[in-house]
Amino acid sequence: MKPPPFQYHDPKTLAEAVGLLGTLDNAKLLAGGQSLMPMLNMRFVLPDHVIDLNLVEGMAGIKETDGVLEIGAMTRQRELEFSDLVAAKCPLLHQALMHVGHRQTRNRGTIGGSLCHLDPAAELVTVCMAHDATIAVAGPGGTREIAFADFPAGYLTPAIELNEIVTAIRIPVWPAGHKAAFIEFSRRHGDFAIVSAAALLQIDGGRITRASLTIGGVAVAPVRATEVEQAIVGQAPTSELFAKVCESCRSFEAMADIHASAEYRQHLAVVLARRALEKAADLADNAPWNRAH
Amino acid sequence: MEMTDKRTITVSVNGTKHTKEVPVRITLADFIRYELGLTGTHLGCEHGVCGACTILLDGRSARSCLMLAVQADGHEVLTVEGIAPGPDALHPLQEAFRDNHGLQCGFCTPGMLTTLLEFLGDNPDPTEQEVRVAISGNLCRCTGYQGIVLAALDAAKRMKAGRA
Amino acid sequence: MNARMLIGQPVHRAEDSRFLKGAGRFVDDLAREGMLHAVVLRSAVAHGRIRGIDATAARAMPGVHAVITAADISAALGNVPVIPLRLANLPEFKGYLQPVVAGDKVRYVGEPIAVVVAETQCIAEDALDKIAVDIERLPALPDRHAAAADASLLFEAAGSNRAVRYEAKFGDADAVFAKAEYTRKEKFRCHRLTGLPLETRGQIAEWDKDKKRLTVFGATKVLFFNRRTLAPMLGITEADIDMIEVDVGGGFGVKGEFYPEDFLIPFVARTVGRPVKWIEDRREHLVATNHSREVDCELEIACRRDGTILAMRGHITADMGAYIRTNGGVVPAKAAQFLPGPYRIRDVGLTVEAFVTSKTPVGTLRAPGRFEANFFRERLLDIVAADLGLDVMDFRRKNLIQETELPFATGKLVPYEPETDFDTGDYHVTFERAVAEIGWDQNKALNGKLVDGRYRGLAAVPFVESGGSGKENSRLVIEKDGTVSVYVGSSVLGQGLETTLAQVAADTLKLPFEAIKILHGSTTYLKEGFGTFASRSMVVGGCAVMDGCNNLLAAIRVAARERLGFPNEEIEIADGVVAAGGKRAGLTEFAGLEVEGSFSTTTRTYSYGAHACHVAVDPRTGHVDILDYVAIEDVGVAINPHIVHGQAIGALVQGLGGVFLDQIMYDRDAQMLNASLADYLVPLATDFANVRAITMELRRSKTNPLGAKGAGEGGMVAVAATIANAVAAALKPLGVEVCDLPLSPARLWGLVNGASLARKS
Repeated sequence: MKPPPFQYHDPKTLAEAVGLLGTLDNAKLLAGGQSLMPMLNMRFVLPDHVIDLNLVEGMAGIKETDGVLEIGAMTRQRELEFSDLVAAKCPLLHQALMHVGHRQTRNRGTIGGSLCHLDPAAELVTVCMAHDATIAVAGPGGTREIAFADFPAGYLTPAIELNEIVTAIRIPVWPAGHKAAFIEFSRRHGDFAIVSAAALLQIDGGRITRASLTIGGVAVAPVRATEVEQAIVGQAPTSELFAKVCESCRSFEAMADIHASAEYRQHLAVVLARRALEKAADLADNAPWNRAH
Repeated sequence: MEMTDKRTITVSVNGTKHTKEVPVRITLADFIRYELGLTGTHLGCEHGVCGACTILLDGRSARSCLMLAVQADGHEVLTVEGIAPGPDALHPLQEAFRDNHGLQCGFCTPGMLTTLLEFLGDNPDPTEQEVRVAISGNLCRCTGYQGIVLAALDAAKRMKAGRA
Repeated sequence: MNARMLIGQPVHRAEDSRFLKGAGRFVDDLAREGMLHAVVLRSAVAHGRIRGIDATAARAMPGVHAVITAADISAALGNVPVIPLRLANLPEFKGYLQPVVAGDKVRYVGEPIAVVVAETQCIAEDALDKIAVDIERLPALPDRHAAAADASLLFEAAGSNRAVRYEAKFGDADAVFAKAEYTRKEKFRCHRLTGLPLETRGQIAEWDKDKKRLTVFGATKVLFFNRRTLAPMLGITEADIDMIEVDVGGGFGVKGEFYPEDFLIPFVARTVGRPVKWIEDRREHLVATNHSREVDCELEIACRRDGTILAMRGHITADMGAYIRTNGGVVPAKAAQFLPGPYRIRDVGLTVEAFVTSKTPVGTLRAPGRFEANFFRERLLDIVAADLGLDVMDFRRKNLIQETELPFATGKLVPYEPETDFDTGDYHVTFERAVAEIGWDQNKALNGKLVDGRYRGLAAVPFVESGGSGKENSRLVIEKDGTVSVYVGSSVLGQGLETTLAQVAADTLKLPFEAIKILHGSTTYLKEGFGTFASRSMVVGGCAVMDGCNNLLAAIRVAARERLGFPNEEIEIADGVVAAGGKRAGLTEFAGLEVEGSFSTTTRTYSYGAHACHVAVDPRTGHVDILDYVAIEDVGVAINPHIVHGQAIGALVQGLGGVFLDQIMYDRDAQMLNASLADYLVPLATDFANVRAITMELRRSKTNPLGAKGAGEGGMVAVAATIANAVAAALKPLGVEVCDLPLSPARLWGLVNGASLARKS
């Protein structure tokens, strides 16, 4: 299980990287390597060129400007996990990171790499969908931004051109004091989720004033449960309400694979949607599923 | 013999600088094992799941099967061979593994040790659950993990006492 | 430490220092001068006829030394050897053995078709992609039902996909069933899984042209059998082959058997005249190394209404995969043999059927057949108890064999083995301990109750487990420095045998632990050895060492009198000093003294015990949380309690993996669907934290002077039985019955959901 032959390139600037990507045939971008390297070792991909982004200047970092968290595409998942800024401004991302692979993979894996691999159950993909993130890409023609809702083009396929590179992720943060919960059901800790749910709630005066609910792992890309979002805004957060409205998640189109049937995924979407909302609304402190990690 | 691209790289491994020409397609794990002969770093899956190949890259745990050797150029690597303070001594973490039956066949041990070395640096006073999460990316087929978890908790105490 | 008290002490393992420093030497850690690398081309088709193999382009690649196919082997040897049976050798299996490489047909995905030898593994893999294989596809046989139809035959010459059918019985079950007050029949199924040692298989073969000698590094488990198998295949004698075991990263039953590569790599090494290394990669491992367990059972029981079990009938059907490999019919045979379990059942009637299918062949896996049989029986017992309105524990107590009934004849339920008796033990003591440890009396009211949204369930299950018979040898030599080298035929698969055997030797010779060196795993050490399997190495290997030690003490006494003029009185030997009547000599003066030892028993030991657990089942997800699990086992004598405990916990967690996670999946074309560690799931550190093991030393075995019983599998044998009963107890209010493994969340949710739909309709 050894990688096939390829030419290796390690550009130092984004312009250089974009130039290489635009001119080389059958090239693959190497970010954190946690998805590409297994595929190379197994020879599932056979690139003629590998363009390593790890030495490109200015592609990593976390900052907040005008209510938007801007994260360089090459920022390691570990940097996000240990970032006080992320924990304070985007608790959903902070929570989700604890489910992303394992310590060793987060040390190398990047946010941009995970988003471009676009596994339907990837936690970071679900978070970006929940937060209405924007993806910044650079190509030969310059840069552009893609709303995250438009980013998934299909299974494992981001809506970017072959000659474009994702450079940054912009996450509009919610107001201070908002509630966030990321939960997932996976076979084991650190595995890709069978189904995950990300909930963001703003609660003022005992009523939900803003809501975002995203279900990952069910379809080829995470889906926003807009029906639920609309139904709970203006209401007081209660378990009964959440139980009633989350039933609509059963109608999501769902995939089947060796770990779960479509029907089971749809059922889990209902269960996890409700649990995520309960957790976000602090209604689940004593629930057994909320006690472990 | 290799028909692929080659590069000359310099990697510091366990404090010793090595400069070698390597095919660009070989992984850091294969470089450490077969070019440098440091075979304590084991390969259990070569697709980033089992954790046996875990090394520390600039102090951070990483799966060496998921990195190209050329990516380690100019970096510092610590392998299991570099953990003990001397040829006849064991690191407190290693002692704790021995005393708590933290190993059986020994194949996962190098990855467990490197992972825990980093983890106990991040979290010198962990709970059992935190230890279990920390090593959840390292498979062990022999011990059922119990001895390893006890060893890690014991090591945390020993390392704390050593610092005091 | 006092040299006479090592047995029973948790002494530090002799192995640990090298492993902790990264100085272990596993086979892939070795390199030989001029070594080349081999990779194996494997069939991507489950069942088909090979029309042609074109390796021209691969052979022409720079760095490629050879591409070997069945044609090359035939040309060199006149035939393509087939792999013989080591165990469970039934004559019916003869037509179903595996050739070392596919010639005219392929019968499973992963079957070797060719071997490429090249300068590096990278180049060898590059060449693999250049070999064109033309295969005419034949209908795949993805399971035993497809096989049983015999519409497509894997082995045309054999005439049937059913490799064997036999009956085994004692008493007259049919007569008892005919007039029984109550009978109950259920069908159960155990899925396919594998042992997954963290180190894959591998070897280095080296042919010395001048001396015409072969050395194989990386052999394990049964080196001497493998040498005996390999020699005639290559047309050389056993004495021409040295098999060398190095450190082994786990075995669990699947590693060390004679596989196709155990012929292919030595053959190509001799062909190219250079040392050749082959290391199985993980994807290969999942399709090439033995699978196990896939057995189903129709089980029937006859009882009096008061819960007295009268008779049992069972029909075991096994999916053997594409070939009968070295372990023959062990898995189905043991699944049948252990169906009656530790219960007083005098009339038993069993049938066993084994089918070949177009999947990876099966072999033994830790607790082969027992894991399955205990699951089948104990599930049925709970179903029967519910029918008859009996307390599940009282029902078991009533039928569990009493110590006064031992030895208890269990007849001849295995056609290739003699009649056997359960030897010693008090099955009630371990069972009651398990019942108490889980808090049955306090907690049984929780059974089937919803607590915090999860259904609680408890179970306790007794078991018997066989281990440790056959023969083993040892050879002891006093070294110049007065230490003793002990050469053993046992194999080390990571279980700490270097330590435990040294404890036995040190105690017997009254020497400190450090003065003993255990040397194992080489055919150069002994004339004959038998290896490590079936929890036998402490019993027979330990006793062979003990015998060798006693022989050495006798030889020292003779030498002291004859060479050193010791008086003809009692000679004390302790702490390396030989003394009698004022004369003293150190062991160094006996340097070079060499003796042999051996031990042999045809009587199996039966360790026994019980498992118990308390679970919480989330009906909304199908997830099972283990709140408490305890495994109790009487091992007779625990040579090293740390090591025995480690074996128990390790086996237990592996067993829990087998219940919840491990599963090999195939589609209808017999393509394996999860041949990577991302999809073949084994337990992580976060999965099963609440497990306990209690080792008891109640009854020594009478079959051997150590009094030891096997200890490597007791943690595994009853896991499926115990968990399944607890989960079934938890879900009982929903009207769910648990008859199939694994208990994946999807399956359990499916059961819950199905029951709820049934109630609604």
